[in-house]
Amino acid sequence: MTIQNKKLLVSAIKDGTVIDRIESGNALKVIHFLNIIDSEKIITVGLNLPSKVMGKKDLVKIENLELTTKQINDLAILAPNATINIIKKYKVIKKFKAEIPDYIHNIVTCPNPKCITNNENIITKFDIINKKNPIKIKCNYCEKIFEQNDILNYKHT
Amino acid sequence: MPTEFKNRDIISITDLSKSDILHILKVAEDLKKKPRPDLLKGNIMASCFFENSTRTRLSFETAMLRLGGNVTGFSNADVTSIKKGETLYDTIKIIGQYVDVIALRHPLEGAAKLASEATDKPIINGGDGANQHPTQTLLDLFTIRECQKKLTDLKIALVGDLKYGRTVHSLAQALVHFGVRLYLIAPNVLQMPNHILDTLKLSGIKFSMHENMESIINKVDIIYMTRIQEERFTDKIEYERLKDSFILKTEHLKKVQNSMRIMHPLPRVNEISPDVDKTKHAYYFEQAKNGLFVRQAILGLLLGKLN
Ligand SMILES: [Zn+2]
Repeated sequence: MTIQNKKLLVSAIKDGTVIDRIESGNALKVIHFLNIIDSEKIITVGLNLPSKVMGKKDLVKIENLELTTKQINDLAILAPNATINIIKKYKVIKKFKAEIPDYIHNIVTCPNPKCITNNENIITKFDIINKKNPIKIKCNYCEKIFEQNDILNYKHT
Repeated sequence: MPTEFKNRDIISITDLSKSDILHILKVAEDLKKKPRPDLLKGNIMASCFFENSTRTRLSFETAMLRLGGNVTGFSNADVTSIKKGETLYDTIKIIGQYVDVIALRHPLEGAAKLASEATDKPIINGGDGANQHPTQTLLDLFTIRECQKKLTDLKIALVGDLKYGRTVHSLAQALVHFGVRLYLIAPNVLQMPNHILDTLKLSGIKFSMHENMESIINKVDIIYMTRIQEERFTDKIEYERLKDSFILKTEHLKKVQNSMRIMHPLPRVNEISPDVDKTKHAYYFEQAKNGLFVRQAILGLLLGKLN
């Protein structure tokens, strides 16, 4: 792919957000996680795009939506390498990386089926105990430690 | 300095600092020497046992009664009515309005933590599934210190199912405060999980892993035996091959140190043969008795009647 084309891919929306460098295979999870599918926003998804750094990557473009900082940071647990581009009038006006927070509340369900949080309707709470690869989270209830790959379900934001 | 204990919850051994632990042990030691039959007069403990554990329940209840307090509660047999839809959260919120302190046992992991969010009254975790059972760990530490006169510089062997055994996980987590040398003796498939090993490494605790106890038994101060359950083995031949190497018999004890003591969280099945009971090394019944003093100490501290 030429540099020209690549640029087009990222910035070809007028206003909105481009989430770039999503781990290949996770784009649909990101859309589900952001709970935007019924929002009537125009969403463009790129799957298995070539990437120099990652080999393959996914990409999501959402028109007329600027994500909040909280949404972006919560997203970090699902797409830790993601770059977020805020687009205004076809130009990237802000570009930054999601920052992995110290803890996440109500973002993921606990992968431990014997955890009380899977049996009563309560907000899940995890501490992020390792922010580098592999990201590790610890359930505040069952005290079990999980890696990102162990996470089976993300809740809607 | 230990943190203020009044109205605290005892959910996980990892919530307790070294000075917290030492303070509880000191108070328990005092109570073992000098009973306080009127200390908790007028206080009520609820023992909420959503899962049967007769020994743990009786130990909590006796501890409360020995301090002059009263006991209410339920055990698994009565739980059927609760199971008709009421959440743990609601149940504990209501019971918290009736009593001064709650001892809780529940089959699900994290139940005690959730219970502590439902009420302002102190919750004592009497076991939440495979997760934590902090009063067991405290009574183990109390017992080690009692029979060895110290907690530091000891050689301790943990034997049996180290992978699934909640008791040995919590004990290992607590022992990081005391600079012990650990010998982890288990079949390879049932060795200590990595997250516990990481904790040991991080704390600079020396440990080694072994598949049988013969080579280790003569140099340790404590052998902590646990049960290996046949169901844990997918390979039954492997189980048959290994089961006998995890049974402690008198013949193993010929060359052990004079002061070596054997512990076990009980109930045992066959992992310590009954003739070991008569040797001076057997300490597991004393260990079970010590649960009473440790639980008394916790009740007195949480209710603000002891400092
Ligand atoms: Zn959990």
